[in-house]
Amino acid sequence: MLIFIGLGLYDERDVSVKGLQAIKDADVICAEFYTSRLMGADQAKLEEFYGRKIRVLHREEVEVDPAWLEEARSKDVAFLVGGDPMVSTTHLDLRLRACEIGIQTRVIHSASIVTAVSGLTGLQNYRFGRSTTIPFPYTARGKRIIPETPYLVLKQNMERNLHTMLFLDIQNQRYMTVNEGSELLLEMAQCAGEDILDRQIAVGIARAGSIDACVRADLLPRLKDWNFGSPLHIMVVPAKLHFMEARALVALAGAPAEIVADAVD
Amino acid sequence: MGKRKKIVERVTTLMDKPDKIRNIGIVAHIDHGKTTLSDNLLGGAGMISMDLAGRQLFMDFDPLEQARGITIDAANVSMVHEVDGKEYLINMIDTPGHVDFGGDVTRAMRAVDGAIVVVDAVEGAMPQTETVLRQALREGVRPVLFVNKVDRMINELKVEKKDMAVRLGKVIDNVNKLIRGMNEEKYKAGWKVDAANGTVAFGSALYNWAISVPQMKKTGIGFDQVFEHCRDGKMKELAEKVPLYIAVNDMVVKFLPSPIEAQKERVKVIWNGDWGSSVGKAMASCDPNGPVAFMITKVKVDPHAGEVATGRLFSGTLERGMELHVSGIADTNRIQQTGIVMGAERVEVDRVPAGNIAAVTGLRDAIVGSTVSTESGMTPFEVIKHVSEPVMTVAVEAKNMRDLPKLVEVLRQVGKEDPTLQITINEETGEHLMAGMGELHLEIVAFRIQRDKGVEIKTSPPIVVYRESINGRAGPVEGKSPNHHNRFYIEFEPLEPGVVEALREGKINMKMEELERRKILLDGGMDKDEARNIAGVFGTNMLLNMTKGIQYLRETMELILEGFEEALRNGPISREPVQGVKARLVDVKLHEDAVHRGPAQVIPAVRQAVQAGVLMADPTLLEPFQNVYIQVPQDQMGGAMSEIQGRRGAILSMDTEGDMIIIKSKMPVSQMFGFSGAIRSATEGRALWSTEFAGFESLPTNLLLETVKQIRTRKGLKPEMPKPSDYLKA
Repeated sequence: MLIFIGLGLYDERDVSVKGLQAIKDADVICAEFYTSRLMGADQAKLEEFYGRKIRVLHREEVEVDPAWLEEARSKDVAFLVGGDPMVSTTHLDLRLRACEIGIQTRVIHSASIVTAVSGLTGLQNYRFGRSTTIPFPYTARGKRIIPETPYLVLKQNMERNLHTMLFLDIQNQRYMTVNEGSELLLEMAQCAGEDILDRQIAVGIARAGSIDACVRADLLPRLKDWNFGSPLHIMVVPAKLHFMEARALVALAGAPAEIVADAVD
Repeated sequence: MGKRKKIVERVTTLMDKPDKIRNIGIVAHIDHGKTTLSDNLLGGAGMISMDLAGRQLFMDFDPLEQARGITIDAANVSMVHEVDGKEYLINMIDTPGHVDFGGDVTRAMRAVDGAIVVVDAVEGAMPQTETVLRQALREGVRPVLFVNKVDRMINELKVEKKDMAVRLGKVIDNVNKLIRGMNEEKYKAGWKVDAANGTVAFGSALYNWAISVPQMKKTGIGFDQVFEHCRDGKMKELAEKVPLYIAVNDMVVKFLPSPIEAQKERVKVIWNGDWGSSVGKAMASCDPNGPVAFMITKVKVDPHAGEVATGRLFSGTLERGMELHVSGIADTNRIQQTGIVMGAERVEVDRVPAGNIAAVTGLRDAIVGSTVSTESGMTPFEVIKHVSEPVMTVAVEAKNMRDLPKLVEVLRQVGKEDPTLQITINEETGEHLMAGMGELHLEIVAFRIQRDKGVEIKTSPPIVVYRESINGRAGPVEGKSPNHHNRFYIEFEPLEPGVVEALREGKINMKMEELERRKILLDGGMDKDEARNIAGVFGTNMLLNMTKGIQYLRETMELILEGFEEALRNGPISREPVQGVKARLVDVKLHEDAVHRGPAQVIPAVRQAVQAGVLMADPTLLEPFQNVYIQVPQDQMGGAMSEIQGRRGAILSMDTEGDMIIIKSKMPVSQMFGFSGAIRSATEGRALWSTEFAGFESLPTNLLLETVKQIRTRKGLKPEMPKPSDYLKA
């Protein structure tokens, strides 16, 4: 059996009791840390706490050539993922592959950044539109390319008066900050010849799930310069605010009252 | 040196008077006497001793050139000539005649407005006369004709006095036929060369004399006197009465256009920007006060000054300390020195105004073909078209391991200096590749790396460069991204030959007006619906986007093109470049989130689909061919013929010229190794021959598998021809 186990948000202690038991009972333990990472624990710390050795898989071993999957035919293989395991859409492919070759699967959930964001900011989970990731810009054929998808998604959500959750790219040891994300969004708007973000309120969140989580709401151009500290970061661009949301942003995210007042529906 | 200093002074005075400037090139078939001619002109200008003219080969300043008796690099020189009491500045570029160095001719033509075409009176117009003339006309460069070696015609061919005019007339007619065939419009507009109006001169560069109809009128010396002087061996006397440089330079000044006159027309040929813009107007009027528009035609690394960029200044004035924009580079470059070139030497001057050929240092980002301007967004000049493509490769290794880093640097440098050379650097294996126009070209580059750059190298025996292509159709082929969340569906078929031709001639690019491009594609035989959907061009391959309304495709397209290019740069059969493929993107499925369809996902998906698609569409290898022209006495013809036939050659035509036979043939480059020695012994050394690039053609089927195996083995790949499934991962 292949068991997807969510490790939760921040460190080794965020896994559920059920998840922990499954890890202890499994025959083989694999993990991937390229879609998300527990910033409060490294591999050694995890192994010590779980009392088990972990085999960390590369992207190719998960997506292209998962030879280790064969072991799940006869053994219980735990596959550890940060957050809630199936939020990363790419793992559906792995689950389907396992099904197709007759391997049973099971999912043990855990806290996800998606719900943590609502919890930390007070923005109501009913009011979120499509979420999207801001990727690091890349160079193709000699040109610097900034994918415009995040901006398009953001605009569509704004038109429908819905909040937008923006995941920030992770590449190797590089974690996008709220500062970089804000800067890129403004650049996308500039490319489109639009200035709708110049007076837009946004919320940056760092280290959700840890005791020193940082939540800050301000105008997007100002978030560019706010020091959020170490990763991981995520951000939200809210729609018009419900009065309860407005109170929460002032109280929980240090939002300047006059800016929030402008954003109330 | 006092004399030289004086020349520099006169030159700098004239630089400011564009109506008194002539920028010219000398072009010819190999051995028709270009360099001897330019020596004569230099002698006349007092730059070398007149006695040495014809023998010194001043322009061949590289000892290697003097030793081999051929010109390898295009060299520049500025000189002053007086006509009717007025002084003129002639900036002259001597160009190589050997086909292996054709790239230099093409680039030199961009810098000049007029060309002296040199033709041997005995041999007449030869294949390369045609090639260089075509290059000149394509660049909007006006020709005049110098018929050289008239003495040989009289003394060796023993042509009668009465037949002389007819014989020379035939040479002129042949040149005119070429001009007319290449550009009828210009031919009718007065570019026809005509002895009667003075656009043709006759003479002997070796013996320093020449006449033209206007000169005959002035001096009273006509064909009769020429004939007698030649026959009686009194050519020295002739050289005193009718020195070559007067006839030829007069012709240059009178008939070749000044920059002011030439740029009006040429700007439209070589620049596709807005002709009504300030830089457009400044170039059309050769305005020294306008924005700088400088086209680099040559980059040479000087051990003292660093990189020297030479080129034609179409508008503005170049001065030390100027910050200039180099096309395609974000930062500006600062000019350190400005100068003009006199053969091997660069002479520093304070400033160079529009209309001149300038040599500057400090443009560290400039490469051959760069557009340099004071304006940051100036539309670049049209790409300089090279007629030939690399056909041969050698692997280069440093003899001493410690030279390895230096070798990489040196190879990058020679690649910058010579754009017809293709350098592939492999830092991992330390084996680097140089692809060039032929054996001789590569030999010379290798020699210079050792001599000028001081790096000891080993080169492999030359290897022929192949191309991959397809004969059939395939698809839609599905390419999946590694994360399995994106899919690309592509169909393949051979690109229409008319379109391939247009691409090869550089008539199509992605920057041009869409309507104009569509028209060329339709003329080339492409379907209307397809011509409207060009996503990208790579070499002579095209990607068409036949999909409609797919969300996020636009921002993904650059990645799709990158995958397409990667697959075609190193083709799936044997990692040789692919040509003539039309790929139609017919459907795409993309992941919702941008991070799951980035470079790591899209590029391999498309690359694999293209690699497999080429293999499914009846793949084939193409090999390079050369036209081989052989001139041989009739009794030695048999030997020459069997040399051609024994090398898979085809005879295209045979013409009789007196007791000589001129054979035109075509041979695969792979069969040309050792041809030089073989033809010599087969014809007792009586054959004269030359070659020219003739494009790529399909390899005979019976040789295909064997050749693929050879190439793959050499490259360390598994020897068998790969299958589509090797590229399509699950």
